[in-house]
Amino acid sequence: MERAASMSGTDTRPPQRAVHPLYVRITHWINALAVLVMIGSGWQIYNASPLFPFAFPKSVTLGGWLAGGLLWHFAAMWLLLGNGLLYVTLGLVTGHFRRKLLSIRPADVAGDFGAALTGRLSHQDLTRYNAVQKVLYLGILLTGAVIVASGFAMWKPVQLRELAALFGGYEGARLVHFFAMVAIVLFLVVHVVMAFLVPKTLRAMITGR
Amino acid sequence: MRRSNGRAQGVDAGLLIKDAAKLLPNPSRRVFLRNTGSLGALALLTGCDIIDGPSSERALRVVSRFNDWVQARLFNPNRLAESYPASAITRPFPFNAYYAEEQAPDVDEDRYKLVVDGLIENRKPWTLEELYALPQETQITRLICIEGWSAVGKWTGTPLRQFLRRIGADLTAKYVHFVCAEGYSVSIDMPTALHAQTQMTFKFDDEILPTKFGFPMRIRMPTKLGFKNPKHVVGLAVLNNYTGGYWEDRGYNWFSGL
Repeated sequence: MERAASMSGTDTRPPQRAVHPLYVRITHWINALAVLVMIGSGWQIYNASPLFPFAFPKSVTLGGWLAGGLLWHFAAMWLLLGNGLLYVTLGLVTGHFRRKLLSIRPADVAGDFGAALTGRLSHQDLTRYNAVQKVLYLGILLTGAVIVASGFAMWKPVQLRELAALFGGYEGARLVHFFAMVAIVLFLVVHVVMAFLVPKTLRAMITGR
Repeated sequence: MRRSNGRAQGVDAGLLIKDAAKLLPNPSRRVFLRNTGSLGALALLTGCDIIDGPSSERALRVVSRFNDWVQARLFNPNRLAESYPASAITRPFPFNAYYAEEQAPDVDEDRYKLVVDGLIENRKPWTLEELYALPQETQITRLICIEGWSAVGKWTGTPLRQFLRRIGADLTAKYVHFVCAEGYSVSIDMPTALHAQTQMTFKFDDEILPTKFGFPMRIRMPTKLGFKNPKHVVGLAVLNNYTGGYWEDRGYNWFSGL
């Protein structure tokens, strides 16, 4: 009670357990770093042979040129993969995913989506995700799985031939990898904007409360 | 010749002399992370010196060697790259090199000799006529460039493993190093050299290998990225010491397996 009061003079609600357990906060920020390196270096690699008639501005790419971009990409992938596996394992084992994400009801999604668009979505209780958050967080987890799988398919289209075939071969995996990146970047824009619109969510991801 | 101390096992340094200058430790080739300029959000988060200084470059190279190790373990010597029907061949097949197409070296076929060296029993150089007389196979496979694009082509030539046996190569050695007419070089692991689809290529699309695709001989390996497939090969050495290669010394991952 004292702690809640001392952190926010207007917050008189009873004390809550941590919004995010420690492992979620640590893996979240490691993931944030890994994803930024993967995107910046990935854009560098993209620019060497653009799939579409545009290139990413050099100022937002990592590595200086193709070799540097590749070195960053194939180093940060281990961080992304190891950290991601740790997060997913703990999320499954502790029941975190089941409690926080899989408790979606279709009616809530429609209702909360409407509320979100009209700016009436409540962020009072950070320990519970609204239905829009559940959908987006589940979606980004799936997108993460797709971008890692398509990345491995591009990296090892011969040794992991069956995996590559799932994406329609090397060139198919390349397209899937690109559009998964687009989905992640769009998610990041919404995610970061929301974090600044509701700053206590940012605080909760750092301090846990 | 300073580097020859690393070339034990009676390797003729003269064979690799074109390469020697390139293989010398040279500070100017360790700057691939320069000119990064602004790095956007990441630079703001962590500070530039962490990102593109010499220490990060050293660390990234250590990870790259770790990735060599991982890839060597992932490599299945019996796994074949996908073969395609003739209808899948990419036409026109793209030219790509570190020089412009008109700068591709003109190799005189009458004076051409393939010099073989290192851990082998028979050092006799090979003329083109002798090479053409070897049994040949054809493959239609996908060449994947480190830049990201790929193209399907048709290559005909002799499996490298047959040639290595013919010259009495020590097949337990670690590396095979290739030297090209204009100075390019590349080295590969022995398991890849012995892979069924690794080929000394003499023909492209049923025609004698054109200059732009590496006349008179290139090494084709569909289990590695395009830059590991050297053109205009004039020398081959079986070695136990790591020799890197043109692009590898500039930062590309050495194993670069597919």
